[in-house]
Amino acid sequence: MKDTTQSRIAVQDIRSQFPILTQKVNGRDLIYFDNAATSQKPLIVIDKIKNYYEKENANIHRGVHSLSQEATTAYEQARQKISSYLNAKSDSEIIFTKGTTDGINLIASSFGELLSPGDEIIISAMEHHSNIVPWQLLESRKKIKLKVVPIHKSGEIDLNAFEKLLNEKTKLVSITHISNSLGIINPINEIIRKSHLVGAKVLIDGAQSIQHEKIDLQELNCDFFVFSGHKVYGPTGVGVLYGKSELLNIMPPYQGGGDMIEKVSFEKTTFNVLPFKFEAGTPNIVGGIALGTAFDFIDSLNFEQCQVHELELLRYAEAQLNAIPTIKIFGTSKNKTSVISFNVGDIHPFDIGTLLDKQGVAVRTGHHCTQPIMDFYQIPGTIRVSFSIYNTKDEIDLFVAALNKSIQILS
Amino acid sequence: MNYIEKQNAIIEDFSLFDDWMEKYELIIDLGKEIEMIPSQDKRDEQLIEGCQSRVWLKSNYKDGKMFYFADSDAIITKGIISLLIKVMNGEEPKTIAKEDLFFIKEIGLQEHLSPTRANGLVEMVKRMKLDAIKNY
Repeated sequence: MKDTTQSRIAVQDIRSQFPILTQKVNGRDLIYFDNAATSQKPLIVIDKIKNYYEKENANIHRGVHSLSQEATTAYEQARQKISSYLNAKSDSEIIFTKGTTDGINLIASSFGELLSPGDEIIISAMEHHSNIVPWQLLESRKKIKLKVVPIHKSGEIDLNAFEKLLNEKTKLVSITHISNSLGIINPINEIIRKSHLVGAKVLIDGAQSIQHEKIDLQELNCDFFVFSGHKVYGPTGVGVLYGKSELLNIMPPYQGGGDMIEKVSFEKTTFNVLPFKFEAGTPNIVGGIALGTAFDFIDSLNFEQCQVHELELLRYAEAQLNAIPTIKIFGTSKNKTSVISFNVGDIHPFDIGTLLDKQGVAVRTGHHCTQPIMDFYQIPGTIRVSFSIYNTKDEIDLFVAALNKSIQILS
Repeated sequence: MNYIEKQNAIIEDFSLFDDWMEKYELIIDLGKEIEMIPSQDKRDEQLIEGCQSRVWLKSNYKDGKMFYFADSDAIITKGIISLLIKVMNGEEPKTIAKEDLFFIKEIGLQEHLSPTRANGLVEMVKRMKLDAIKNY
């Protein structure tokens, strides 16, 4: 496929690093537009995983033999890599988790222990279920109050309503950086600043932003930031929780087990220092190491030009979709990442998704784990296309042709 | 036609098409033909909530045989339902409870009946069989 975008990145060179993109699906060339669900993996990450099991596998921390020490070094170097990529103040503020959901549950469980009945937590109406349900569980456990910031018809957060909800009882604001179902980028700088004015801590769900936005944690000044490795060219089953050390230090451990202890006795057990206090048990060692490699891969790219490329894909696809009269796009903010959520007339999204799949186009349909948004728009779900750095305008043309064919069959 | 012959007939109908889109055009046409449950008759106890599409199922037992009415908000789901109903309608509960529904796999639609497909169909087939067992 030819590269017809104006951005100065060599899309073909990038594509050649992703072996899966040459796959056939139902006899057609794969067009992968489900990047908001998970990104594909570059060869460098795949090779790292293979190489680790072939040559480096050992359990980390505490082993005196060479392999164990090498694996420990590789794992800790990955932590340093991620810490420096995100500009955390210290490597010990980077906790390896299973993913975004695990990170949020850790905070709900551990930070939640510091809360008292009547304290308030604010989330938004556009949150993923994983940034809703842990707080609902905490609500019934600790008798705190969960407040929800509404969104406008455009899908943008209602900042006036947010300010009205903020008060001295607000202990935490947990908000997504980018909506997974609408692609809207939230004004998190403003949200963080205003939350801090009332003394509330802020958790940013970075599951969707880590791939598309350059994150500088010290500049952002959020208190917690969570993301999943698999959405940023890394493996599944590993993610990161960043927390300011002064907070992590006063939070009780989340899970008990090996690695998180300093000394265990039946009289008194003391806990390890950060980050190990929050990493009980043998972690996803290869996952952590390969996630470090995923950030090496990102560093090999011209990130700003990748953003330009993704934005061009977004605008190009929006223009093509808007030309189809029956299409309605949900989330119409100007400030969006390369995600488009839409419906076609009264056609059920599942039907469109099934027919697109048969034509080799992978999209996501349904409620995208954001049922409250679907209720807000009074729809059963949407069709969501989400682009990454390796997608092209040619693929969008093929997708639109496949979509038109699907509409014709279903009408 | 008996249970097996009905399934073989469907397999033969689908064997005419090599192309996936043509197979789906047939399914969609079948979905449009389905005898729907009138909306005033749609009750919550008939609703099978899938993650993506929703399915309503009503079973009747008459003169020793099973009869099904079903509906869905997605047309492809509806088409697959209509195939299931074609095969199962008018059969004895014993047949439905015990005999295999092999045509689904043969025509390449097993993905819609795998547990990962959240369209409510797996649960619907289960309920069709359970309703048959109740009258067995």
